Amino acid sequence: MTKFTINGTEHAFEGDPYMPLLWYLRDFAQMTGTKFGCGVGSCGACTVHLDGEPVRSCQTFMSDIEGSSITTIEGLESKASKAVQQAWDEMNVVQCGYCQSGQIMQAVGLLVSNPKPELSEIDEYMAGNACRCATYQRIRGAIVRASELMEA
Amino acid sequence: MTLTTSRRNFLIGAGASATALVIGLKASGALAATPEAAAAAETSFTPFVRISAEGKITAVIKHFEMGQGTTTGLTSLIAEELNADLQDVDVAFAPSNNDLYKNLAMGMQGTGGSTAMANSYQQYRRAGAAAREMLIAAAAEKWNVSAADLTLSDGVISGAGKSAPIADFVTAAAEMPVPAEPKLKDPSDFRIIGKTGIRRRDTSGKINGTAQFGMDLHLPGQIIVAVLHAPRTGAKVASFDASGAEEVAGFIEAKAKQDNSGVFVYATDTWSAFQAREALSVEWNFDAAESRGTDDIRAEMMTMVNSDPEFTVKADLSQQEAADALASADQVIEAEFWFPNLAHAAMEPLNCTISPREDGGIILHDGCQFPALVHPTIAGVLNLDPSKVEIRTLLAGGSFGRRANAESDYNVEAALAYALTDRTKPVKMVWSREDDVRGGYYRPAFAHKVRVGLDASGTIVAWDHRIAGQSIAKGTMFENFMVHEGVDHTSVEGIPDTPYAIPGLHVGLTDSKPLSKVLWWRSVGNTHTAYVMETMLDMVAKAAGQDPVDYRLKLLAGGTADQNRLAGVLREVADKSGWSNKAPEGHARGVAVHKSFGSYVAEIVEVSGTVEDGVKIEKVTCAVDCGIVINPDVVIAQMEGGIGYGIGHVMRNAITFDGGEVVQSNFYDYEPLRMPDIAAIDVHIVASTDEPTGVGEPGVPPSGPALANAIAGLGKRVTHLPMVENGVTFL
Repeated sequence: MTKFTINGTEHAFEGDPYMPLLWYLRDFAQMTGTKFGCGVGSCGACTVHLDGEPVRSCQTFMSDIEGSSITTIEGLESKASKAVQQAWDEMNVVQCGYCQSGQIMQAVGLLVSNPKPELSEIDEYMAGNACRCATYQRIRGAIVRASELMEA
Repeated sequence: MTLTTSRRNFLIGAGASATALVIGLKASGALAATPEAAAAAETSFTPFVRISAEGKITAVIKHFEMGQGTTTGLTSLIAEELNADLQDVDVAFAPSNNDLYKNLAMGMQGTGGSTAMANSYQQYRRAGAAAREMLIAAAAEKWNVSAADLTLSDGVISGAGKSAPIADFVTAAAEMPVPAEPKLKDPSDFRIIGKTGIRRRDTSGKINGTAQFGMDLHLPGQIIVAVLHAPRTGAKVASFDASGAEEVAGFIEAKAKQDNSGVFVYATDTWSAFQAREALSVEWNFDAAESRGTDDIRAEMMTMVNSDPEFTVKADLSQQEAADALASADQVIEAEFWFPNLAHAAMEPLNCTISPREDGGIILHDGCQFPALVHPTIAGVLNLDPSKVEIRTLLAGGSFGRRANAESDYNVEAALAYALTDRTKPVKMVWSREDDVRGGYYRPAFAHKVRVGLDASGTIVAWDHRIAGQSIAKGTMFENFMVHEGVDHTSVEGIPDTPYAIPGLHVGLTDSKPLSKVLWWRSVGNTHTAYVMETMLDMVAKAAGQDPVDYRLKLLAGGTADQNRLAGVLREVADKSGWSNKAPEGHARGVAVHKSFGSYVAEIVEVSGTVEDGVKIEKVTCAVDCGIVINPDVVIAQMEGGIGYGIGHVMRNAITFDGGEVVQSNFYDYEPLRMPDIAAIDVHIVASTDEPTGVGEPGVPPSGPALANAIAGLGKRVTHLPMVENGVTFL
């Protein structure tokens, strides 16, 4: 039995300990904001926060999360999260939107650890999150904007 | 935002109350209004806007949303004519009904070819304007005042000393005569169309995790099916052993596909389905399987472009005359080009859910791009009367052409998987990224060979252009209107119809033999034809000792509308990029301009570094003329996205075959563009009063050749793609 919390709610799981957290979220908890993009950690669409740190949920086994606190796109509440979501809205970042949950989780992770990132730091931190619509320019700009909003 | 997609909700209207007023078109094209119940029964009526008794406005969207902004754009038209805030108008996807929601550019219900706005601009505005006039007429009658004294804004009708919400008039409005030609708003009164700072209508769900894509559907009792696809086209399942899969907790059963081209693996959840698929042991029969590789096909196509073409596409000069002109030219610039197969690889791996209806019919749930094709095809596969097949359109996590499939391939596969069950539970077919990358329907590979003759002044005297590649349309239902005298227009578009005044143009085409299924890929033939035309012109300009922008402008000086608009975006991009100023030390710039899907786009790429140690893409400047702009920011976003999509693939992507098998499988070997790849993109819109044209695709074609022309400035001319396999390193 693995026990953990998702967005503050307690969960327990008894199945395959090697199942990636991604599939627990999507199929068992029916929280589908976290997306399946590649299954191999190459795209970042499945990014969630594990004890506050962005991780790829497709590469996180259920056996790895005993006692952990998971935050998903559905549970974003922090100041940085709200700033990121507001900036995403203001700058019309989304196109198809399928990767954006992961982009936002990664961006919040960046701003929590580095509230005023340089452009090069943004590029480096976000490089693992693919967007096939190529919304990168706006993601970059929205992170800068979110950084400003956090200061306000 | 609420995306109401179900038929039931469509009939009763979003929210608690019945819809009271519906405006749309009759089959004749005339405007019509009818209460919702009548709309359901009257098949020749196409609703575009519904207004509930409470005054809630809903735009009924006939083009699906794959990120291109159609929910924002079409809803804007309704909101504009009704003077409503865009965010206050609900969005509902139209049900699948080809008679009602035909794309006028396609002759069927479907999205593609960057047509949504061109097709719908007048339709949706007229519907919105008619609703406005009928509401005002109802108020005028009730208040016994002149309609001319009343205005509608933000859900309130006011004037003649009175004011009341539209909810008070909706029912009466439905009884008003429908204006044959409602007065559309004067552009000077627009508050949404053409304005900056308009927020997209589909953002909220996409940033808080509530937006529902096909992949996110979770129906009670659903079964997940993964598909073990044949490793090579034509391979068949000889036998399989599922004993390993029995060890997987959620595994239900495995069944060979009806045509033995794979095995369906049914499970209670996605992880179990994928695990059970891994554990299957299959004996394949490769007797009829494809065994060639990309190297074979490439050699064959290179031979084709060095031989007499199969079809003559355009012959200002005969082939002999062109040869003679080249022989007597002062100089001849020639190059061979290679374009590999490309996968669309949208972020959402393909998936489709089929759920049973109580009457024995089914509901197909998908981000469905061609409902008009999927509908009858699925009815046929499941042997159902078409009236028993319903399509519910969900958001699509990208498409880039992949979902616009004449064969409805992945929908058919889901239906086949459903057909092998007892048809009592929903079956959700989920492809993995590997299925998606290796699943065929690629951008066809193409080879070109071009020889351009110049006279002593650097003027073109002959242009001999030979193309070889696999036809997209031949053998499909699109053949009839896309293939003329043997020439698939999508193989050559942008060359015989180039707006450049190129004298002595001879264009020939040879169809290559199929290696895999091929399909349109964002901007279709223009993905390779623009690259060839625009890099050749750069080589020609250089040989003539002239500036590449000036040389192009001379070829666009004939005064046609196409030439003027191309020249317009070219001048704009040159101006905005500082083209006339020397590039900074160590930097180089390249330009390209191309018309596709009715829109005109010019791009200038600035790079730095060296091809050996790494090229850095510093900036892409873009100018676009797409006629009247509904939402400038959506246009800019589509240019940014098209530039990224085009450049990423030109840099480093190829689908290759080895012994009939696709070599690539996931994003680690089909590496997408990443954020650090392009430092900045700067898009400018050239104002126009022409009818709106597409923006989803036209940003792609100039991006590759502009990059190639920039890199040529660093000393390396790349004509075989992808660049990383032909001598260019990127930082």
